[in-house]
Amino acid sequence: MERVSTQQLAMMPIEFKLNGKTVVGRPDETLIECAKKNGVEIPHLCYKPGLRPDGNCRACVVEIKGERALAPSCCRFPREGMEVTTDNPRAVLSQKMVLELLLSDMPETEYTKNNELDTWAKKMQVGKPRFEARAQVKADLSHPAIAVNLDACIQCTRCLRACREEQVNDVIGYAWRGSEAKIVFDFDDPMGQSTCVACGECVQACPTGALMPAREVGLETIDKTVDSVCPFCGVGCLLTYHVNTKQNVIKFVNGKDGPSNHNRLCVKGRYGFDYAHHPQRLTKPLIRKPGFPKSANFTVDPANWSEVFREASWEEALDLAASGLNKIKNQDRYALAGFGSAKGSNEEAYLFQKLVRAGFGTNNVDHCTRLCHASSVAALLEGIGSGAVSNQVNDVENAEVIFLIGANPTSNHPVAATWLKNAAKRGTKLIYADPRRSDLSRHAWRMLQFKADTDVALLNAMIHTIIDEDLVDKKFVADRTSGFEALKENAKNFSPEKMAPICGIPAQTIRECARAFATSKASIILWGMGISQHVHGTDNARCLIALCLMTGQVGKPGSGLHPLRGQNNVQGASDSGLIPMMYPDYQRVNTDEANKRFEKFWGMPLDKKPGLTVVEIVNAAYDGKIRGMYIMGENPAMSDPDVEHARAGMAKLEHMVVQDIFLTETAYLADVVLPATAWPEKTGTVTNTDRMVQLGRKAVEPPGEAREDFWILVELGRRLGLDWKYQHPKEVFNEMRGCMDSIKGITWERLERDSSVTYPCEHEGDPGQPVVFTTHFPTPTGRAKFVPADLIPANERPDGDFPMVLITGRQLEHWHTGAMTRRAGVLDAIEPEPVASLHPDDLQKLQVKPGDVVTVESRRGKISLYARADAGTPRGAVFIPFAFYEAAANMLTNPALDPFGKIPEFKYCAVKVTRGGAKPGDPGYGKGRTLDEIYG
Amino acid sequence: MKGKGKVRSTPKGRVVDPRALDEVRALLGTEPRQRDLLIEHLHKINDRYGHLSAAHLAALAQEMKLALTEVYEVATFYHHFDVVKEGETPPPALTVRVCDSIACELAGAQQLLKMNLGKDVRVLHAPCVGRCEVAPCVVVGQNPIGNATVESVKRAVEKQQLTCPETKYLDLAAYKKAGGYKLIADCLGGKHTRDAITKIMEDSALRGLGGAGFPTGRKWRLVSAEPEPRLMAVNIDEGEPGTFKDRWYLERDPHRFLEGMLVAAWCAGVGEIYIYLRDEYAGCRKILETELRKLKANPPCALPPIHLRRGAGAYICGEESAMIESIEGKRGMPRLRPPYVAQVGLFGRPTLEHNMETVLWVREIVEKGAQWFASQGRNGRKGLRSFSVSGRVKKPGMHLAPAGITIQQLIDEYCGGMLDGHRFYGYLPGGASGGILPAAKNDIPLDFDTLQPHGCFIGSAAIVIFSDQDKAAKAAVNLMKFFHDESCGQCTPCRVGTAKALTLMEHAKWDQRLLGELSQAMMDASICGLGQAAPNPALTVMKYFPQEVG
Repeated sequence: MERVSTQQLAMMPIEFKLNGKTVVGRPDETLIECAKKNGVEIPHLCYKPGLRPDGNCRACVVEIKGERALAPSCCRFPREGMEVTTDNPRAVLSQKMVLELLLSDMPETEYTKNNELDTWAKKMQVGKPRFEARAQVKADLSHPAIAVNLDACIQCTRCLRACREEQVNDVIGYAWRGSEAKIVFDFDDPMGQSTCVACGECVQACPTGALMPAREVGLETIDKTVDSVCPFCGVGCLLTYHVNTKQNVIKFVNGKDGPSNHNRLCVKGRYGFDYAHHPQRLTKPLIRKPGFPKSANFTVDPANWSEVFREASWEEALDLAASGLNKIKNQDRYALAGFGSAKGSNEEAYLFQKLVRAGFGTNNVDHCTRLCHASSVAALLEGIGSGAVSNQVNDVENAEVIFLIGANPTSNHPVAATWLKNAAKRGTKLIYADPRRSDLSRHAWRMLQFKADTDVALLNAMIHTIIDEDLVDKKFVADRTSGFEALKENAKNFSPEKMAPICGIPAQTIRECARAFATSKASIILWGMGISQHVHGTDNARCLIALCLMTGQVGKPGSGLHPLRGQNNVQGASDSGLIPMMYPDYQRVNTDEANKRFEKFWGMPLDKKPGLTVVEIVNAAYDGKIRGMYIMGENPAMSDPDVEHARAGMAKLEHMVVQDIFLTETAYLADVVLPATAWPEKTGTVTNTDRMVQLGRKAVEPPGEAREDFWILVELGRRLGLDWKYQHPKEVFNEMRGCMDSIKGITWERLERDSSVTYPCEHEGDPGQPVVFTTHFPTPTGRAKFVPADLIPANERPDGDFPMVLITGRQLEHWHTGAMTRRAGVLDAIEPEPVASLHPDDLQKLQVKPGDVVTVESRRGKISLYARADAGTPRGAVFIPFAFYEAAANMLTNPALDPFGKIPEFKYCAVKVTRGGAKPGDPGYGKGRTLDEIYG
Repeated sequence: MKGKGKVRSTPKGRVVDPRALDEVRALLGTEPRQRDLLIEHLHKINDRYGHLSAAHLAALAQEMKLALTEVYEVATFYHHFDVVKEGETPPPALTVRVCDSIACELAGAQQLLKMNLGKDVRVLHAPCVGRCEVAPCVVVGQNPIGNATVESVKRAVEKQQLTCPETKYLDLAAYKKAGGYKLIADCLGGKHTRDAITKIMEDSALRGLGGAGFPTGRKWRLVSAEPEPRLMAVNIDEGEPGTFKDRWYLERDPHRFLEGMLVAAWCAGVGEIYIYLRDEYAGCRKILETELRKLKANPPCALPPIHLRRGAGAYICGEESAMIESIEGKRGMPRLRPPYVAQVGLFGRPTLEHNMETVLWVREIVEKGAQWFASQGRNGRKGLRSFSVSGRVKKPGMHLAPAGITIQQLIDEYCGGMLDGHRFYGYLPGGASGGILPAAKNDIPLDFDTLQPHGCFIGSAAIVIFSDQDKAAKAAVNLMKFFHDESCGQCTPCRVGTAKALTLMEHAKWDQRLLGELSQAMMDASICGLGQAAPNPALTVMKYFPQEVG
């Protein structure tokens, strides 16, 4: 708190004496930092760069002339003329005594070997401690990821600060007092039964081994570290793999100081990598046995693949894959389609769409962005001319109001959520609107648990209030927008008083939130798929855009629009052109300008007709209009709505090539399966939700004959008649720079050096623009456009037969269709079974006990799974994550599409819940299998 | 990983029980859910249900938008909260606390601790309850029984006499009648200037009477120079063993304190006042609640908001920054300084923190003049001191005597001499923290600054007299045990140091070299006064009573 707040003052040098020598420090630099810079080491334990210094261990005490007691050098700052002594007998006595006191209570075990206390005790020549040891406590091994050995705890509270001040998971506390004081989880509960979300930040912070990765993985031999980026959600955390090269295994992972995560990780990024080493990995190309039928009704048993497939050489498999596609192409090129993946790299996505456009000759290429933010992108392109975020997530630190709607970032973007929580803790007003109440709501200034499907009612009521109370930024509206009058006219019908009974939020609260949003110095909106996955998803997003535009809350730090991207590379895959109507960089295929540019760039004629989208392609397959497909890393047999219909569609394909790392539900329907690489086995770039292009580096070798996706693409491209000579992803990246102005300035060398570069980056050396639209919007007129929205109900409302609402989504531990995360030991151990969350009152009405089996049925299908009592789920609704094959939520979902974004309504359909049903089956993985069971 | 994965039937961690939530909501009523009221709200539950069940704590956490652990760590920090987890047995309905701090131990507390009062009553030891003049003291529920015997305690239990008897005190009407609240009214009415009143305090040499002795007038000037809004925090967490003067004054003349507080707040430009009263003083709490209510209902002048906050059994909260943490609803963990409380105090605001007795003197000093107060001292010292005297004297109690009086003069002139059959052997000049002096050192003026050369300090002027029937080393063990029990657990030298020191001191022969080294580190490297002063008894025993531990 002594730190001088203004940057200028903080830079002013200060002269003071350190151990008799005059040195120069800065007023914002602690004494321990100054000392280190001057080559003076001071022992320290509770101090860790990156964490708030707490000064509790007292190992770093120094003498400051004129002060009665010694002072902790980690918490004090230099002042002009100060005389600091770190090494006189008085200071050293206390430093050593602190170490000796702690050492006397430290057990000699495996997990405390080479801990920080030992290191300092050796350096300071503290001998054998002269005090009797304290009574020791038992280890807590209740958590699958983290071992708690409090006998090694020195009460330094680094774990607590990591848990509460960094991650704001608020699980770890320091309870009781005096020598009884101890680190606790919640109410001193076993860690495995606490609210711990296993982000592992505490383990990363612990200096002694009191908190360790479970199963002693922290003690393994590491002979290589590789910096990379996390393959899970769109936050794009940079991390470091710790590898044992002999075993070709990633032993553990630490957070790296990346621009989006600053050393932080979540449970997936920290503990979710053993999927790559799972014995069910595909290691050889597979070819479907002749005559083995394809149908929508099947049970995949990944261990028993040989029933359906036979192994083949790469040569044979690639030839067969290509010949099947070529055959259909020669008959009707529009009968071919491809699904790329948001899980692969930019280079792979670019090559994939190029393969479809140039190789197949159609624009029938899409990927799962269609299922997540297609409507957001449609509204953004229409309104402000760009589908990417205007501000980065951690720009929330510059905001006064954060409006988060239709998102559950603590589960789906956990590290992004930490920035929101940090901001809320500092006093930023968080308005959190979602039909489901999550643990984040505790940090909200206002929690608006509105009725599902009433987004437009709520948002239009806010728009109405801003107009009604004269809070519109008239200058911004006049200078930088068009169409405001239409919005104003439309908003007349949506007073908060009228909308309150519809959306379930009191009019006063709506007005209060609208006021706060409009009048703050900086307001930012973040949203997720609660906004986009509706038949009115585009309308929802239009309202959000209008809110920002009418209040001038865009184009400056802390003000803007941020659709939180779901997958690690959904931004990059879209940028790279995995979209049926657009070439890379959102250049429309049906415009002459773009078409000419790419025909010239690729040196071949290209089709100008926009292609079909994901659900349209599957429907076309069902109707026999699409006959051949190439699918790379996507799992539509799990991720598409009304999945039985989707499976039936794919089953009808004459020829299907699937490239993946596991025998997924989709691969099971393939004619040729090409074994590809997991993320840590290849090099390439991915683009996170913040528009940061980041470099993933290869850390381990792929198993068996599995090959890099890049290589497979090139081989297949050649067989489709393309003249491809790419040797390395960087060549592809350089080609991309030639047709994508947004990344023109990013060089591969810079990525290798910095690991992360933000676009737009238009020329080499451009630092990149974290905030865009500062002066104009990338529309033909430079102005943004208001598009009013009316109330459109969900496609399928509850009725007497199907009285409840189904909301689908994700869980913290499981990602997308679960192919990876359910094969990651820790993640699977935490969430091993499919569950349906219902409000306890609804469970009571159904006479169902939490943990019992329930059956959930819609007009399209029926699944049974375990009931979870969750008071955060609204009454009358059921929430089911879609990662579980044995109870696939998408058997139930409604394939009705938003007319603009063509996104299905995953967030709303009518279901019936009944007590009982068959226990969910076994997909052959997951289910809390022990490592022995997996590998044995 | 062992065995099959388990289906989670609820989200991670504890689920809030709807019934417990209803109960907590009913108890809290319309009161704000803000974080700084956490301890107040915990009291409501603990008072109503006799303990804090996990279900209620989880419900309270949700109601206050706090994490489970934030509630748990506060609830477990304070002695007076009984946390009962699922499957644990709640404590019996009645708790009897036997004070076993130094004065009560001399008077036989250990015998009382062995009392069996049946299965519906639990007997716990308690740190100093602030009634050393009637040692041994036992608190039955909230009823303090002085000069307690097993019989008198049993009687109280049987008759269910569980509340603190009312004392006769000067209430608002009587205080006003005797000229009370004229000073503050005059201040606000423009008859005095802030500067003039502050100057009187400076000239009177009034110093902080909580123990640190910071000049009062200077403190007002320092705080008033800080940016607004400024707050005031009054410390009545009188927990230093042997000290009971604040209680003595509160039980008699509460408005004299309140008026002084208002004058101090006015001089320092304070906008809001928090009074922190230790939970042990249930009688005083009732008085203050009643009189504050009357005062607010019928204010003699414009009043700033005044909040009365209740401690929950933690000596450390008498430490100024720990008290501020506690008022904020947190564990009483002292803060690192700088920044000082006057600059960054309660809720991060500049804070005027005073011991209750300090402001109690304001009115009389203004009325009688700075010189009157300054001239009261003896042996070259200035002012008056309220000595809390206990131990082996004929007349223990609160004795208002000149600052600078010697222990011999105090015993002879104020305390009626030593008890019959007891010979003066040694004394604590400043409660548990101030060290132990031998009878031979009976000629030191007792005041701020005069005892430091002897390795001691006067602190809150709590004097405990030992006789030839006592042992200094035994007293030192009692005191170290107290510090060990009351250490907050934040810093290593105090948390681990008090534990290790206690073990060393429980040996018949002390390892004086190691204890000396440890003491040095505790004094030099502890965060706050508790750890820094904890070795004083041990060090002075080694210095003045070496025969006992050699």
